[in-house]
Amino acid sequence: MESTDIGLWGVPLAILGGAIRVSTPFIFVSLGETITERSGRINLGLEGILVFGAMTAYAVAVMTGSPWLGVLAASATGAAFGLFHGWICKFPKVNDIAIGIALMLFGSGLAFFFGKPFIQPSAPDLPAIPLGGWSNIPQVQAALNINVLFIIGAALAVFLWWAFKNTRAGLIVRVVGDSSDAARAMGLNPDTVRLLSTGVGGALAAIGGAYLSLYYPGSWSEGVSSGQGLMAVALVIFARWNPLGCFAAALLFGGAGALGPALQSVGVTQGYYLFYAAPYILTLVIMIMTSSPGRSLAGAPGELSITK
Amino acid sequence: MTDIAATPSALSPKLSPALEWVARRAEGFVIPVAAIIVGMAIFSVFVALLGKSPAQLFDLMWRGGFGSWFSIQNTLSRAAPLLLAALCVALPARLGLVVIGGEGAIVLGGVAAAAIGVWLDGAPSFLVILLMGAGGMVAGGIWIGAVGALRHYRAVNETISSLLMAYIAIALMNQLVEGPLRDPASLNKPSTHPLAEAYRIGSIPGMDVHWGLVVGIVACIVSWILIEKTRWGFAARIAGGNVRAAQVQGLAVGPLIVGFCALAGAFAGLAGMIEVAAVQGNANGSLVAGYGYAGILVAFLARQNPLAIIPVAVLLGGIDASGGLIQRRMDMPDATVLVLQGVLFIVILFSETFYGRFRIFNPDLWKRG
Repeated sequence: MESTDIGLWGVPLAILGGAIRVSTPFIFVSLGETITERSGRINLGLEGILVFGAMTAYAVAVMTGSPWLGVLAASATGAAFGLFHGWICKFPKVNDIAIGIALMLFGSGLAFFFGKPFIQPSAPDLPAIPLGGWSNIPQVQAALNINVLFIIGAALAVFLWWAFKNTRAGLIVRVVGDSSDAARAMGLNPDTVRLLSTGVGGALAAIGGAYLSLYYPGSWSEGVSSGQGLMAVALVIFARWNPLGCFAAALLFGGAGALGPALQSVGVTQGYYLFYAAPYILTLVIMIMTSSPGRSLAGAPGELSITK
Repeated sequence: MTDIAATPSALSPKLSPALEWVARRAEGFVIPVAAIIVGMAIFSVFVALLGKSPAQLFDLMWRGGFGSWFSIQNTLSRAAPLLLAALCVALPARLGLVVIGGEGAIVLGGVAAAAIGVWLDGAPSFLVILLMGAGGMVAGGIWIGAVGALRHYRAVNETISSLLMAYIAIALMNQLVEGPLRDPASLNKPSTHPLAEAYRIGSIPGMDVHWGLVVGIVACIVSWILIEKTRWGFAARIAGGNVRAAQVQGLAVGPLIVGFCALAGAFAGLAGMIEVAAVQGNANGSLVAGYGYAGILVAFLARQNPLAIIPVAVLLGGIDASGGLIQRRMDMPDATVLVLQGVLFIVILFSETFYGRFRIFNPDLWKRG
């Protein structure tokens, strides 16, 4: 056992491994919210969509034996919730933030309702790729055991960063988000673009939920989410609506979330619950540092109600 | 209104003002009630699709919530914390802020009250209960007041910050209840030391409902007077409509926002204190009961009007009270109530789009063609 005792080096290693493990739902939810917010709407209901996605993925994986079918089903339900949000918000005087809060309660309630029978059975996990095979230290191997969804999320971040700049669809979303009037002058229908953007955002958030129930922590319960869907919304503001920024911020948040368990693994148990709050405190501190009265945020879509 | 005399009304001149008075106020009543009925109808379809009987469900809901003296008392007990939790949303809403983290203020208010009650053990009960209430209000007031201050002085979005603060508050409570404030005798469920019997809040005479209900109703009435009848409430409405206009008028918008948020948080903290002193007897994880989130729903259903919060809280308390009965008799999960709440919430928000659309509510339009 001599060779596996790496002492305090275990802490940064556990944080790195934890960051990769914990960050994946943040990556998907924040990329989804980036697409939605770039089109000028904010969907706070992603938390509810994430919980419903986690339940759907788990239930479908239990019934079919295939975790990938679970992910697919989750993204379909997420898209349905997102489209519902997009549709209902096009009516005058309907507030997108308030509808998001309602969707948060409704999505979680519906997930608990249908998810009751699936708390006991165990579903097949999503596969992970052991990238740490070159090392014979178990901690390194554990940290580099990387899930396929993390790699897909990273690729998606790069793709979206490129697509916002270089594709027609990316330009359309950006125009609608910056000015409804300019979009109408170009012959675009802002409501339709926002409907689709919110739908795609919902689908991605639900995949984040599927990761929670099918890989880490890897089971379905009513406490499966600890606010990842909401923190992701704050994270998008911090990342300045830039997909690559979202990826980096998600890793940072994942690392903060892994801090408590990592310290506990080397015997630091004092203030365990306060370390557990680290991601929330980090989010709040970042929001305070990056917000400023009197000027709008750099890179913020002009039609976004949260920055007005 | 000068053309009333010029345009002959179809109605008799004596009846018309009364009718106009009713029509102008009917909109704010008819649309929410219609929305609740539509929401119930949608939920009935959901229940029917699952092969259960909606009629039986509503029958159980009535019996479990309002059908007997026992169930009415149960309903009122559940409505009590909702009154204060809803004020935590409705007061900042006057300024146009959407604060949804009342849960954090409830939790911290409860912990503060429990700590004071244990610390001052032996002092006169009247004084201790008063100080417990004050401690809970200060803790909650600082928590949500900070959200308001961050909003005004740093432009931090209050919806997200209040929710993050709620998670931080829960972590803080866990740390305190597991650590410095823990009663070593509480093994499975970490709790603070139990309050002495003299410091517990009892029931209203003749009812099995604790005094928290009275406190909540008084708080709603006080809040209504504050925002409808005082200059602070008037100033808050101006600032909520247009911050720049309020500043041009010389209103101190910053103190106004922080003050309203602190008062909102103080009410939520008081709810936590009542939960500890009347129900739990100590502070523990049960304080995280979702009252803060149910309060959001109550406030939106009441359209942020403190007086309307009272009947809406009773309605939702009744739905909540019938949850157990529905679960047992119809073999449906306890989340059934959450689904109904979600449906009602969405329908009521959607109904906002109908305000000002109907001529019947607008007497100014009656006379034109």
